[in-house]
Amino acid sequence: MSAYLEIRNLSAVVRGTGERLLRGVSIALEAGHVTGLVGESGAGKSMIGKAVLGILPTAVEVVEGEILLDGQDLLRMPPDRRRRLIGATAALIPQDPLTALNPSHRVGPQITDRLVDILGWSRADAEARAQALLDEVHIAEPARVMKSYPHELSGGMRQRILIAAAFAAEPRLIVADEPTTALDVTVQKQILRLIAEMQARHGTAMLFVTHDLGVVSKICQDLAVLYAGKVVEQAAMRDFFRAPAHPYSRALLAATPQYTDPTGSLRPVERDVLDTVEAEIAADDREWRNGQAGP
Amino acid sequence: MRDGRGQIRRRAGLRLWLSGGWLALVLFGAVFAPWVAPQDPLMQDLFTSRLPPFWMEGAEPGYWLGTDNLGRDVLSRILHGARIALIVAVSAGAATCLIGATLGLIAGYFRGMADIVISRLVDIWMAFPPVLFAILLIAVLGTGLTSIIVAIVVIDWTRFARVVRAEAMNQGAMDYVASAQVAGYSRLRTMLVEILPNVLPTIGALLTLEMGISVIVEAILSFVNLSIPTDDPTWGGMIAEGRQAIHQSWWVLVFPLVTLFLTVLSFSQLGEGLKDRFDPVLR
Repeated sequence: MSAYLEIRNLSAVVRGTGERLLRGVSIALEAGHVTGLVGESGAGKSMIGKAVLGILPTAVEVVEGEILLDGQDLLRMPPDRRRRLIGATAALIPQDPLTALNPSHRVGPQITDRLVDILGWSRADAEARAQALLDEVHIAEPARVMKSYPHELSGGMRQRILIAAAFAAEPRLIVADEPTTALDVTVQKQILRLIAEMQARHGTAMLFVTHDLGVVSKICQDLAVLYAGKVVEQAAMRDFFRAPAHPYSRALLAATPQYTDPTGSLRPVERDVLDTVEAEIAADDREWRNGQAGP
Repeated sequence: MRDGRGQIRRRAGLRLWLSGGWLALVLFGAVFAPWVAPQDPLMQDLFTSRLPPFWMEGAEPGYWLGTDNLGRDVLSRILHGARIALIVAVSAGAATCLIGATLGLIAGYFRGMADIVISRLVDIWMAFPPVLFAILLIAVLGTGLTSIIVAIVVIDWTRFARVVRAEAMNQGAMDYVASAQVAGYSRLRTMLVEILPNVLPTIGALLTLEMGISVIVEAILSFVNLSIPTDDPTWGGMIAEGRQAIHQSWWVLVFPLVTLFLTVLSFSQLGEGLKDRFDPVLR
């Protein structure tokens, strides 16, 4: 069975300096599944999501690889076609609800405009859809909320609205870029449950970017562990928690604090584990450079 | 203060009222100068030369702020001078804003090659001393109202370009821009509909500031006699003339100077006040 989203051997560098940010990343995502992208800050997990959606910063350049969405390579597509394809089939749940809604516009149009402008819905249909979705994400008085400006709403409310907006056009793929990181711990849990609930109901495939293994275990079926832009391990959730294959994954798992033993369970990643990964990455870089120099 | 929805509503602010009030007064005076001015601003009369303002000994009714050494009424000349000051402020301010803000928005949002070209141009531009640049331009273009406006635009567009570029870069990094991009909107539409409204308060504040600066530049050019070649009174021209007789009749210098000062101050305060009031993030 072929995956709905397949990233093959994706490498990205900083334009100009040539520093590698993604090192031959390959990830497959089945339709309707949730794959977690886990790693430390700067490991390139958000970068992968951005590459898929075509919103990489201008300073980053993809130098090799393929991103196949339903069999079509996004990277070898005219930009306009790609933009329309992404707009019609994918959506983003961004990290920071405070900056993800435009402060100058009311909330309603920020959900409905894209349905009308991009997907050609009628205004009335879009309004009805937005109301239904706000209802679905447990917002009381959707009509009033749609008339509000973002600054009149709390962070948790805004994240709910963003989730509603992401699901509005029934996308087949959602990239959730650390959607709970910027929220209070108490709100985090609700939002996570809400995303899981919405994902299950709509059967949307999801790339879930996070640095929190606890979060991953609640929502994902598969996960990919990243270190310095390289996938060190990709596994099904159950297998991963039972027996992580890579030493770095084991160390990461061991570093997750447990409520029963907060101090004892909080172990930093050991030096020799990091040395192992760094050595793998250096070897990979050597091979890559040779490959670049060759043909 | 809180309104019905429990939101904090800030007071309209004294400075908004004061600056707006003064500018309304100047605007009124400029528009209705022929009717409200007590005298013909150009009429010379040596019998009434160097009359002092109304509260001093030897003042005559009808010449409230005194007369200059040719017997022309200072108040009438200030009112008529307001016309040129405001025409320059509005047209130079608007044109500068339009050009500078457009380039700044493009550079700040599209980045890449456009940004490199525009930013380098700004850097080079700013290396010229502005007043000399203006004088040089007038020398080439010839004196006249249009030349002044062109000179101001050519010198000052960089101010808008720099500030708007920085602001557009800030806004461009926000998640809502990424969301619009993912939704399938074009870059141009994203710039105009997502970014521009959030940069508008800054542009507004800059615009009023620029209007004040335009008034100053016009006055400077009048002062060095490079402004309007006709006899039409200008504030800068009045200050230049008043300087020659400052010991005999200080009022000829002081009143246009104070008017100029208050007008420029009001423009900048109006901008700040409006920004405080209408910035969507602060609102």
